[in-house]
Amino acid sequence: MAYNKRLDGRKFDETREIEAKAGVIKKADGSGYFRIGKTSAYAAVYGPKELFPKSMQDPKTGVLRCNYNMMPFSGAGERVRPGPSRRSKEISMVTKTALLPVVDLTDYPNAVVDVFIELPQTDAGSRCAGICAASIALADAGIRMKDVVTAVSCGIVDKQVVIDLDYAEEAYEGGDVADIPVAMIPSTEEITLLQMDGNISRENLKKALEMVKEPLKKIAEIQRKALKDKYK
Amino acid sequence: MGKLLVNDKDIVVPGEIIAEGMDFLPSTGTYRHKDNILADKVGLLSVDGKVLKTIALSGKYLPSRNDTVIGRVIDILMSGWRIDINSAYTAVLPLQEASFDYIQKGADLSKFFALDDYVVGKIIRVTSQNLVDFTMKGPGLRKLYGGRIISVSPTKVPRIIGKQGSMVSMIKDTTGCKITVGQNGLIWIEGEPEQEVITVNTIRKIEREAHKNGLTEEIKSYLDKNKIEIKNKEFKKETKEEKPKEERTKKEDDESQGEQ
Repeated sequence: MAYNKRLDGRKFDETREIEAKAGVIKKADGSGYFRIGKTSAYAAVYGPKELFPKSMQDPKTGVLRCNYNMMPFSGAGERVRPGPSRRSKEISMVTKTALLPVVDLTDYPNAVVDVFIELPQTDAGSRCAGICAASIALADAGIRMKDVVTAVSCGIVDKQVVIDLDYAEEAYEGGDVADIPVAMIPSTEEITLLQMDGNISRENLKKALEMVKEPLKKIAEIQRKALKDKYK
Repeated sequence: MGKLLVNDKDIVVPGEIIAEGMDFLPSTGTYRHKDNILADKVGLLSVDGKVLKTIALSGKYLPSRNDTVIGRVIDILMSGWRIDINSAYTAVLPLQEASFDYIQKGADLSKFFALDDYVVGKIIRVTSQNLVDFTMKGPGLRKLYGGRIISVSPTKVPRIIGKQGSMVSMIKDTTGCKITVGQNGLIWIEGEPEQEVITVNTIRKIEREAHKNGLTEEIKSYLDKNKIEIKNKEFKKETKEEKPKEERTKKEDDESQGEQ
């Protein structure tokens, strides 16, 4: 049985419904909200501020710290154990490396910018939603960045290349599934995050990475619109 | 031939292409990528001939020389004080900059400035690593007693002050409050309690609508609608004397002038 029609009826290159907002957390220096389908992420940015312990300071540039966290009730029924886990630490790290190429903190030596990403509800694609929310929040905080980082997943479900897999597709049992989160700088088309879970052929990988570019640029427009709408 | 893709005074966001071609020059808040000029901060675009720059709408305070700021004493050092200036960096107030009076060696420094005292001071030096030196010597620089302190976004300070201090003196005249605006976004207000509340609300309104045109008029009608009579004549008199202190905002005034 080939995967001719997606489980939720989307086109193969269609993302789930997207909603984005800036300035959702009043006390934070910058904040963003990003929802794609049933996955939603809040990001709050604090700083630049003093960094302690001193040994963590960098006299050449400011430091970016990211923290990714899924709320205990965010999964599909199963309680997510609170606190840092191997998985959340890894995602925090890749989020940081995905954002660093655009963020310029050289004006803030020895200081730190903290990014907190919280997910109240997840249905696959949470790290991508987190990165999108975080770049909205960083821009909202007035931090210099050459572009917003935009992210979405691509991959295959039973030999069919698709964009933005949801949880039902990730758990599809009729054939091979590969889930590839991709983050990109839209203006230069540089990829800042590329991970994979599953198996995919070389041809399909190329096809998927080609196909993901258009949706990524659309998401970037949504992110930019969210930042502008704050001042309407 | 170069082409401008965004109108003057429009809001631009990071990665947005502002202009094509080599006819324009990038300045603060913008950069060149190949043939295009892109924004690298959220801000209002300001076109000055060929030069494209943005006026920031958010962001923390970055100390710069000659800024008058409001700070809080957070530590007492061997010979000086450490001041929190609502920034990523703290300032140091050295002993010789603290007072015109002679301070004896080994004196108890907390007698001059104790922990948690608020002060109005001036930044005299900022190094490349953003080490900040602070002074209390100068007209209008003093320790603050009473009143209340509110915090606003430092990027909105030029709007709150207005051209040659027009906005802040309008609020002062209507409410009879004493107001000191620090470049770092901390504002000290003292007056009758009801008037203080009106002042705070007005400043919050300015902060929310800082990017809009014709703000002065709107604030004027807002104040007319909400004002209540000043009971204590003392406050009225004092504010008149306090007025001429706005020269510190010259730089920012130039920026905000275009927005009117």
